Amino acid sequence: MKDARLLKRERFSPLTYLALAAALLMTMILCICVGSVPIKLSDTVTAVWNALWGLPVPENIAKNIILNVRLPRVLCVTLAGAALSISGAAMQGLLRNPLADGSTMGVSSGAALGAIIAIAAGFTLPGFAYGGVMVSAMVFAFGSLMLILSLAYLLDHSLATTSIILIGVIFTMFISSIISLVITFSNDHTRSLSFWTMGSFSGVNYDQALLLCGALILCGGILIRFSPELNAFAIGEENARHIGVNIRRVKLIVLITVSVLTGVCVSIAGTVSFVGLIMPHIARMLVGPNHKRLLPASLFSGAIFLLLADLTARTLLSPIELPIGVVTSIVGAVAFVIIFYRTRKGGR
Amino acid sequence: MLRGDHISVRYGAATVVDDLSFHLEEGQWLMLAGPNGAGKSTLIEAIAQGVPYTGSIRWEEQELRAMKPAQLAQRIGVLSQKNSVGYAYTVDEVVGLGRYAWKSGLFSGSDDQGKQQVEKALEMTGLTELRRASMLTLSGGETQRVFLAQVFSQNPQVLILDEPANHLDLKYQQHIFSLIQQWLREPGRAVLSVVHDLSLARRYGTHAILMDHGKTVSKGLIGEVMTPENLRQVYDMDVFAWMREMLSQWKE
Repeated sequence: MKDARLLKRERFSPLTYLALAAALLMTMILCICVGSVPIKLSDTVTAVWNALWGLPVPENIAKNIILNVRLPRVLCVTLAGAALSISGAAMQGLLRNPLADGSTMGVSSGAALGAIIAIAAGFTLPGFAYGGVMVSAMVFAFGSLMLILSLAYLLDHSLATTSIILIGVIFTMFISSIISLVITFSNDHTRSLSFWTMGSFSGVNYDQALLLCGALILCGGILIRFSPELNAFAIGEENARHIGVNIRRVKLIVLITVSVLTGVCVSIAGTVSFVGLIMPHIARMLVGPNHKRLLPASLFSGAIFLLLADLTARTLLSPIELPIGVVTSIVGAVAFVIIFYRTRKGGR
Repeated sequence: MLRGDHISVRYGAATVVDDLSFHLEEGQWLMLAGPNGAGKSTLIEAIAQGVPYTGSIRWEEQELRAMKPAQLAQRIGVLSQKNSVGYAYTVDEVVGLGRYAWKSGLFSGSDDQGKQQVEKALEMTGLTELRRASMLTLSGGETQRVFLAQVFSQNPQVLILDEPANHLDLKYQQHIFSLIQQWLREPGRAVLSVVHDLSLARRYGTHAILMDHGKTVSKGLIGEVMTPENLRQVYDMDVFAWMREMLSQWKE
C-alpha cells in the first residue's frame, strides 16, 4: 500500500538545472535564426559570439538583423518570460491558490493602466525618461493587488481560489475599459490598445533588456531567498504563523516584489497573459512544489515558453505579426480550464 | 511557564473571552472545557497571537505580544483542529518546516540538531516509512499525525492543541493522545488543549478550566473542576448521569 504513495524521484538534481539551461540556450538560438528572414545557424553563433567578446562582426545583412533586431528581442522575451513565471509561482505559493497569476488576478491590467496614465500625463523621472512609466506601472500593480485582495477578503475571509479569480476578471474588464478611455483621449498613439491588452515585444532594445535583467536579479533573488516562507504559506497560512513565520512582513515583501516584476514587464511588453499561470504548473510537475526548486525551474520554463510563444507570434502569419498575448492566451485558457477542473477534483 | 491575566477578546460588540486568567506550569496538561461558543478556541488563538486581545499573556516575564514570531514558535507550538495541504509536498518537507523558527538567517549553516529532531518526530509518530509520500495521498488521521510530527520537530516547551483529534477515528484519537502524553513526560514541558470530549479531558488532563460564555466557571485540578455541580451549571444537564448511562451500554 505505502509503496505506491511514495514519490520515487529525489526530485531535483544539478543535472535538471543543466538540462533546463541547455534547452533554454537552444531555444534562444532557434529564435534568433528563425524569422521572416531566415538566418544560418553558423552566422548567428558567429555574430553573437563575436559581439559578446567585442570581436569584429562580419558585415552583412544578417549582422544587422541579429544584433539590432532579434538579439535584443530574444533577450527581453527570455527575461520577461522568466520574470512573469517566477512571479506566478510565488503568488501561487503565497496565496495557496493554483490559479493565481498577474493576469488572472488583474494585476497586469492595473500595471498597464499605470503605464498609460504616466504616458498620457507625460510623467518622467529626471535623467531616466522611461522611469516614470515603469514606476507608475509598479505602483499601480501593487495598488491593484491590494485592492483585489481586500475585496476578495471582504467576500470571503479564506481568500478562496474562486473569489480571487472572480474579482480579478471583473477588475480586468473594468480596467480595460478605462485603458481604452485614456488611450482615446490621449495624444500619444505610439502604442495601441492591442499592445497594452495583448502585449508585444516588437521594437524592444538593449536598454530594456538591461532593465529587465536588473529587476529579475534583484526580485528573483528576493523571492528565492523567501523559499522556505513560501513553502510554509503554500502549506497553509495558519500553519505558517504557528511555525514562526512573520506573516505580514513576508506577505508585504513578496507582494511588492511581484508588483515590481509585473510593472517592469508590462511597461516594456504590455500585458502578456497566462505565462505566470501555466509555467509554474509545468515546473511543479517536473520538480515538485518545494519553492527551493520550483522557483528556479519556473524561471527556465517561463523563459522557454515565452520564447516559443513569441516565435509563433511573429512567424505563424508572417509577415503579419500577432500580438504575443494571442498565443499565450490560447494556450493559457486551455491550461486554466484543466487546472481549475483538477483543483475542483481535489488534486493538484 | 505561561500565564495569562485578564484576557478579553472582543469581536465587534460581542465579548468572546471575558476577563480570563490562567497559568500553566511544567508537567501540566491543562484542559479547556465547556460547551460550544464558550470561547475556548478563541482563547487559544489569542495565546497563539492569532487574534487581538486585551490583558496580558506572558512567557516567564516576557509579553508574548512583544516577541518575534520565531521566538514565540521556539517556545510555543500549536496544532490546529484541521490541517490540509494544497500541493504535493512530501511528509518530510512538511515536518522539516517545523524547524523554521530555529533557522535564523540565510547562512545559519546546517541544522544538525534539527535533523535529529525531525528524525525523532517522524519516528515517534510512526511516519518514517511514509516520509517520501505526497501529502495529497494521506488520510485525515495520517495528515494530522504529520502536523503533530511538525510541532514535535519544532521542539517547543508548551504545546497548544485545539481539538487535535476531533474528526479522527477512535484509533487515531487514542494514538494522538497517547503520543502527546508521551511527549509531556520529558522535563520542561506542558500542554494546553481544547477538548470537547469530557471523558478524554478527564483521562489525560491534570488541570482544567471550565468555561461558559467566555468566562471561567471553575479552574484547578481536573477532579476539582469536573464536579457534578460545575458541569450541571455549564451544560445544563446531569453530565455524570449521562456519562454513566453511556458507559452502561458497554457492559455485557
